[in-house]
Amino acid sequence: MNTTSYTFAYLDEQTKREIRRALLKALAIPGHQVPFASREMPLARGWGTGGMQVTAAVIGRNDVLKVIDQGADDTTNAVSIRQFFSRVAGVRTTTRTEEATLIQTRHRIPETPLRPGQIMVYQVPQPEPLWRLEPSRAETRRLHALAEYGIMHVKLYEDIAQHGRITLAYDYPVLVHGRYVMAPSPIPAFDNPKLHRSPAIHLFGAGREKRIYAVPPYTDVISLAFEDHPFRPWKAEAACALCGSTESYLDEILIDDRGTRRYICSDTDWCERRRTRGKTA
Amino acid sequence: MLTGGFADPIHDSQAAFRALLEATARPGTIVSLPPCDPPPPLPQAAAAILLALCDRDTPLWLDASFATRTVCEWLRFHTASPLVSDPADASFAFACADSAPFDALTPGTDEAPERSATLVLFVEGFVQGRVLRLSGPGIDSATLIPVDGLSEAFLGWRARNLALYPRGVDVLLITRTEAIALPRTTVVQEV
Repeated sequence: MNTTSYTFAYLDEQTKREIRRALLKALAIPGHQVPFASREMPLARGWGTGGMQVTAAVIGRNDVLKVIDQGADDTTNAVSIRQFFSRVAGVRTTTRTEEATLIQTRHRIPETPLRPGQIMVYQVPQPEPLWRLEPSRAETRRLHALAEYGIMHVKLYEDIAQHGRITLAYDYPVLVHGRYVMAPSPIPAFDNPKLHRSPAIHLFGAGREKRIYAVPPYTDVISLAFEDHPFRPWKAEAACALCGSTESYLDEILIDDRGTRRYICSDTDWCERRRTRGKTA
Repeated sequence: MLTGGFADPIHDSQAAFRALLEATARPGTIVSLPPCDPPPPLPQAAAAILLALCDRDTPLWLDASFATRTVCEWLRFHTASPLVSDPADASFAFACADSAPFDALTPGTDEAPERSATLVLFVEGFVQGRVLRLSGPGIDSATLIPVDGLSEAFLGWRARNLALYPRGVDVLLITRTEAIALPRTTVVQEV
């Protein structure tokens, strides 16, 4: 692929302008889903086309891009998207969280605390938090308009009644700026507290569903719960088998045919950096 | 007419948008917009916003003091945006701080609050004048910003606008080359 045969960042200017206007309105109405046209991208819908379109509309020549997939910089989706933008936008890429100005992510927020000046871009498969409870989009739009979130609370209550606890482990619904219930994308519930009053900008793009939404910095993002059943972010009760971390989110890895399992950090950058500082299991 | 746009349309548009994104995400932060050379009396910052964000999908309303024949022709060439005479039809409105049609602008609907107008208000500067205390999303506790040239009517309207949330008009205050954003969520109080 030859860089010169593409416009900067792949998308045409008219498309970028439409996404940019949607992003500004999304920041002005934190947690509200703004429709956008959503173009074809050179990969299938459902593989991160929403995140890629947001990144393409936001990215500039001086950005440093990091792309993670489930916390890892070296998986197929992350490598492909990083290569795509280094080809069509010629930007510098990195795996180090603190070096990046723009971080496109599938399903994790880095363990390294984010700072002002950083922008997170989330790939969102399903932007509608109420979709399992109410199949009609016309109806969910109405429920959001009325701030009528009773069905979501009933769902969480039924979880407690049946299982003794809220069983959602990822895509755990949040209330943004006291108004909109929002799907934080399939990040583990463990990551939800990182969104609350974060110093960074968080932009969410759902390509197939044609929706964009956002959380500005220093905005209240509260995981839904009950007074007597407070929100408990879950993580494996273990230490990373590589770096020994007990505070990071861990992936469970099967390592042989007999079902032996190990836990390792899902954030590969965080894990590597701990090991270079001499931390071991 | 055919001149006076961005020197580098792709990268200058991106830079202008990024400045506006930063401004909207952090209300009260002063951002600089990339240079362009619009016909007077259109302020350069207003032109940068028009070039970066407006096209045939964004009906524009211009204050009579900006809407000279030359400006309208320049806009038609660079943005192709329809010019509307009723502010209620505009997705972007450009006005001077003392003559803005505040209550006429559309705040969107309950189901589609994003279909609201963005009001670009030309003020004198961010060095002296009324000191505004801003709080809300994007602001860690509160921030103070002096704005020169804002009317009493603006503050009254902001309070009404805030009460409409999630509907509401979003504001960009501009000087010749700089901008700050006051999205609908920002609580604006005079100190």
